[in-house]
Amino acid sequence: MKPVAFEYCRPDTLAEALDLLGERREEAAVLAGGMSLGPMLNLRMVRPRRVIDISRLAGLDGIEVRRDRIVTGATVIQADALESPIIRKELPLLALALPWVGHFQTRNAGTLGGSVAHADPSAEIPLCAVTSDATIVLRSRRRERRVRAGEFFVGALSTVRQADELVVAIDWPRASADEGHAFEEIAQRHGDFAIAAAACEVVLDGDGRIGRLALGLGGVADRPIAVDTRELAGAMADGGTAGALARRTAADLDPMEDHVASADYRRALARVLIERVVLRAIEAAKGKA
Amino acid sequence: MSVRVAPDQKQRVTLTVNGKARTGFAEPRMLLTDFLRHELQAFGVHVGCEHGVCGACTVLVGGKAMRSCTRYAVQMDGAEITTVEGLADPGTLNVLQQAFSQRHGLQCGFCTPGILLSTTHFLRKNTAPSEAEVRDMLSGHICRCTGYAGIVAAIMDAAERIRRGE
Repeated sequence: MKPVAFEYCRPDTLAEALDLLGERREEAAVLAGGMSLGPMLNLRMVRPRRVIDISRLAGLDGIEVRRDRIVTGATVIQADALESPIIRKELPLLALALPWVGHFQTRNAGTLGGSVAHADPSAEIPLCAVTSDATIVLRSRRRERRVRAGEFFVGALSTVRQADELVVAIDWPRASADEGHAFEEIAQRHGDFAIAAAACEVVLDGDGRIGRLALGLGGVADRPIAVDTRELAGAMADGGTAGALARRTAADLDPMEDHVASADYRRALARVLIERVVLRAIEAAKGKA
Repeated sequence: MSVRVAPDQKQRVTLTVNGKARTGFAEPRMLLTDFLRHELQAFGVHVGCEHGVCGACTVLVGGKAMRSCTRYAVQMDGAEITTVEGLADPGTLNVLQQAFSQRHGLQCGFCTPGILLSTTHFLRKNTAPSEAEVRDMLSGHICRCTGYAGIVAAIMDAAERIRRGE
């Protein structure tokens, strides 16, 4: 339960961090709050030669409004994001999801970028990023690269991040004022990894029907997934639509099985959670119309 | 100034622990938990699961409750840490500790220091919590003795006594 011996580096600048990462590539691990990497190190699931601590790096911990985008730096602490008026107002889905991220004690150290880079299949922040179609911003010595969240996560604890790249920010679309949101999950104990989780954003059209609906699911595949909802445009914003979407989506899932839940149980939970978040997001959108 | 420490090199680490500057030496892989216990003799920091799940090792860093087992001592140079030893003068109990004693908030005591520190931060942020909020905060700790009922009662009592200015 102690990590392997590693070299510790705490660079002062982003350029220095990228050099340190580029030199060691696969043999390096990036450390911020330590709430994901710490357990992996202690359990020796990762055995890096070098650990690069970015927790004190200037310029990565900002929450910025840029016209119709909100850019959250990689080292924004989850508890700070939860208390941020900008996030509450401009990224309501993330604000709803953050209380589900770990526990009070882990949110005080864990970061937004750390959760995204770690890519646990049941993690809430990656699920929000996929649902909201956020963009993950990567930097290396060579270039800056921007990857849509739906393409960033490729499997359990696996992303398209190259070994010399650092997640530096998450670039989110700013929620419109008439958007309704909902987030729900089921875990064995609040704060544990979700057995299944669902996130929804809805905008109604002028007739009170569905204009745009985004639905994301966590815990039911090896990565957070966005459900194709394009055919719902113009559908009634009611329980019939929510129920049909929930049944159809759940039937198509091929969830993982583990010691916590069977595939059938996860499929059943997904159906219930989808119906709940869609209805709740519709209600929230009606309240804003 | 940037810092680099070789795997087998011992780095000088200075922390403010319970208001006093304390210095020790740590290899990069030394957990903050082990540094506090073995280098600085803060034995109130308990070692449980060592992967951030059980909460026994929780300390305050800059006033905020967090795990010390998934942080590394070399990371923390300059940090201000509060351990359970810092909650009250030796031989005395603060209001929260008294409430734990009075409401059967502990039995074996292994989880208690972490819970006391989490609660200290929590009650500073939320002076009048609901029972549901207390239970949500406690979900980050594992207690195998009490069934949590006594802990919840103690925290609700302490919150009220602190609001009354005790």
